[in-house]
Amino acid sequence: MTETIENIQTRRGEDAGPLLSVRDLKVTFQRSGEQPFVAVDGVSFDVRPGQTVGLVGESGCGKSVTSLAIMGLLPERGVKIEGEVLYNGQDLLKLSRNQMRDRRGADLGMIFQDPLSSLNPVVPIGIQVTEVLERHRGLSRKAATPIAREMLEKVGIPDPNRRLTDYPHQLSGGMRQRALIAIALAAQPRVLIADEPTTALDVTIQAQILALLKELVEDTGTALIMITHDLGVVAGLVDRVNVLYAGKIVERGNRHELFAEPRHPYTWGLLNSIPRLDGTRGQKLTPIPGSVSDNLPWASACAFAPRCSQPIEVCREQQPELVEEGTRALRCFNPIDDEVRSGRTPDAQAPTSTQPRDAAYPTDDPKGDPTMEESR
Amino acid sequence: MIRFIVRRLLQMVGVVLILSLLVFLWLRSLPGGTVSAMLGERATPERRAALEKALGLDQPIWVQYWEFLKRALTGQFGSSTGVQPGTDAFQVFLTRFPATIELAFFALVIAVALGIPLGYLAARRRGSIFDNLSIVGSLIGIAVPVFFLAFLLKYWFAIKLHWLPVSGRQDPDINATRVTGFFVLDGLLTREYDASWDAIKHLILPSLALATIPFAVIFRITRASVLEVLDEDYVRTAESKGLTNKVIRGRHVLRNALLPVVTTIGLQTGGLLVGAVLTERVFSYAGLGEALAIAFERRDYAVLQVCILMAAVTFVIVNLLVDIAYAVIDPRVRTR
Repeated sequence: MTETIENIQTRRGEDAGPLLSVRDLKVTFQRSGEQPFVAVDGVSFDVRPGQTVGLVGESGCGKSVTSLAIMGLLPERGVKIEGEVLYNGQDLLKLSRNQMRDRRGADLGMIFQDPLSSLNPVVPIGIQVTEVLERHRGLSRKAATPIAREMLEKVGIPDPNRRLTDYPHQLSGGMRQRALIAIALAAQPRVLIADEPTTALDVTIQAQILALLKELVEDTGTALIMITHDLGVVAGLVDRVNVLYAGKIVERGNRHELFAEPRHPYTWGLLNSIPRLDGTRGQKLTPIPGSVSDNLPWASACAFAPRCSQPIEVCREQQPELVEEGTRALRCFNPIDDEVRSGRTPDAQAPTSTQPRDAAYPTDDPKGDPTMEESR
Repeated sequence: MIRFIVRRLLQMVGVVLILSLLVFLWLRSLPGGTVSAMLGERATPERRAALEKALGLDQPIWVQYWEFLKRALTGQFGSSTGVQPGTDAFQVFLTRFPATIELAFFALVIAVALGIPLGYLAARRRGSIFDNLSIVGSLIGIAVPVFFLAFLLKYWFAIKLHWLPVSGRQDPDINATRVTGFFVLDGLLTREYDASWDAIKHLILPSLALATIPFAVIFRITRASVLEVLDEDYVRTAESKGLTNKVIRGRHVLRNALLPVVTTIGLQTGGLLVGAVLTERVFSYAGLGEALAIAFERRDYAVLQVCILMAAVTFVIVNLLVDIAYAVIDPRVRTR
């Protein structure tokens, strides 16, 4: 069933062309007296209406910086942004600060990681929703309030009338994240960026929030950019996956292809380090050795080589290029082959299972189970 | 909320009782004494004994304290012996209290009106020349003694330039009608606007001198607090909504950044009362501070006791108001 929905979506998306195109985005942090640091190094990807695109990688890979650059939320001082962010063909990076201010919230919405710290503690939830409508739709607060109530209801907040006057500390964690989603979607932006939207939540609440996002995206045709370190989150939600390492995309593909047949050793490693419900008891996880600090500079090598499970000589001598092949792209000299995939897989079922963690996420029920959520 | 206020007022009673004992003992442990101050060092022992007896100072100290407490509860604090000899000490307090409140209020207005906007700007332009200059300025504000600054201001603006009056609360030639004892307010109420204006001119220099320390403290706290809030996630959320600078500044940054500033303002009132002693002395401004200074020199126990205790009551009440204001701005405090 998911297949068909996806096919329809892909077709719909192709007709419309990309809504947001990131082209060769490069973000360099430059502090006086320090070596410049390239956080994002030539990242390109497209998002179509109704499509969900994942940016996956561990902390420090540049995924959050990418999202902040798209939103125009990086500080002006000490940051150099190159490349293009095309929204409906218009380069957002060329807009003035005030023009970009008109776009944020109206065309591009964003959901952040920690719902408690991302909500203003001294302003009622209702006003935090209506202020977006006041700003972008020119409504009075009075006129915006019913819409805000509707939004809260839509994201599954029970008793929205009461919640309008509540403060963030009076809501549970899941409710706060729902409120944050309502805020981001209030002015109906066509692109929504979710930066680790479930990381700060319990597993059961995570599943509900992911289901909610999926439902909203499907209903409204919003393009969703999902940023996460957790491939499990991506598994049930995302159409296209971009795996980032040290500021560059190392592998890209449709969700099913990528999970069924990971080619980059880093993607392979990420998949192997996910705990699985269908694995045998007591089975050990296979972590990727080392950390991001072991990276080599991309200019003269593959940055991942020191941590790679199968490096060859050329990996330390030359930069691998991102090679596109049909729907997929790969930046690797020595990709994982079928033999390794079948031989070293801790669980022999893995290559055939297309959605490794779907078992943990009740995606069949998009509303989740709101009764499970604490609503004090 | 009401329970909270009642509890705080009961606490205040305890504070005042303990303080009354401390002040009482402390005053009587000072060298010299009322009798020496009133009669001079060379008075005959007979005259000294007669005056001591008349003032009740020949009794054991706990009897004196007990007598003081009993009379204080009925509102009698004894007669002034030094500031305005013969006048009831509480009357002395009442005539001078409005003067000091007026002065402290003006000083606080100056400190807040300059400290908060400058603190915000300095934080927004962190590391700029403006930021560094205002930090140096606020350090000077804290470091320069109040009385020294008061003398400087008086010398330049009153004596050299003749822009503002040298001393006092109001020109005696004006002969203004008294209603509340707050001279500026009196002038407005009786429509004697020239009297108000004259009182304001008398207030400018002393309140500037008095405002420096609270200004510097409020400036520094605002700056630090705004810097902290600017890094908060909810400010980034506000930016991601594309809100105007005005809304982000007012609703999201300042409203949160002002929480610690409000607390500071309450604590600074204590400093204002202390600063008033020095400032009022320099400008011969007939307020509580000047009364305290004179009472101290002349060992006027009655006036000292009333003024110190009432200053403590004022301090506690101001901080109660601050706590209420805090609950109004911060919903998290309200529900606790």
